[in-house]
Amino acid sequence: MIAHSIFFYTFAIIAIASAIMVIASKNTVHSVFFLILDFISISCLFIMIGAEFLGMIMLIVYVGAVAVLFLFVVMMLNVAQQKNQWFISKLDNKHIPIGILISVIIFFEMIIVIGGWKYKQDLLSASSLELNNNITNTHAIGNILYTEYIHLFQLSGMILLVAMVGAIVLTYRKRSGIKRQSYISQISRERETSISLVDVKNNEGVKIDD
Amino acid sequence: MIEVGLSHYLTLGAIIFTIGIVGIFLNRKNIIVILMSIELILLAVNINFVSFSIFLNNINGQIFSLFILTVAAAEAAIGLAIIVVYYRNTGTINVEEIDNLKG
Repeated sequence: MIAHSIFFYTFAIIAIASAIMVIASKNTVHSVFFLILDFISISCLFIMIGAEFLGMIMLIVYVGAVAVLFLFVVMMLNVAQQKNQWFISKLDNKHIPIGILISVIIFFEMIIVIGGWKYKQDLLSASSLELNNNITNTHAIGNILYTEYIHLFQLSGMILLVAMVGAIVLTYRKRSGIKRQSYISQISRERETSISLVDVKNNEGVKIDD
Repeated sequence: MIEVGLSHYLTLGAIIFTIGIVGIFLNRKNIIVILMSIELILLAVNINFVSFSIFLNNINGQIFSLFILTVAAAEAAIGLAIIVVYYRNTGTINVEEIDNLKG
């Protein structure tokens, strides 16, 4: 149990520090790197706590796809050197104290809720004991995801499909002035329109373009 | 203190959630950092779902967390596509200069 505590505090401190660095670092590329570090430490926490499947999926989805997407966009838009100084604004700085105040209020509200949960211990024991320790985490998720939640699962697939189509439609740009292969005009060529017979007289050449 | 329980994980989730909120509130420069703050907030929600799922012995929280993951991936893809299109049209993604709606 002491090892669990040590690992929890290590990963939690790394996660919080990198989350702060995500919003505070001046370089956007550094922000993306700290976001990756944050996701990795949180997924380590998930694996440690016993949700292995979700931790691995988070590694794959966030670090493998979303963070690389962010890096790609940051480097493509050439805003990596754009200064991210949210302390100094051109217009005004009036939003900073109010924003910090509201954030602190939100934080303490959540802490109060967590404290209330902690002292109401009977809720913890009153839950339905659905976890079976004989099967693995992945097996348990599969058992319930493909039976009870099959429609939601397919709906989330539809969400991903719509997102993919939407991203392609948004970023697709039809450019003029470039030569493309046109299959339909290639296939629909006729002999009459593409071949002309020329009678060539003796001892005279052929001028094609007349 | 030394025994790590549910409230420790919930506190971690609350801290990361608040950091994401601060990132959205205070950022006036870079809209990509705002998208990253949204990812942080969704991550905090995931932490809450998974820790409740583990400590309450109920697998449904992890299913919900999977769905959140799906929606977060879709949202990141669409948001970044919108940013790319906006940058192509206006040449800037500076938050202070995005005022087309005059809000």
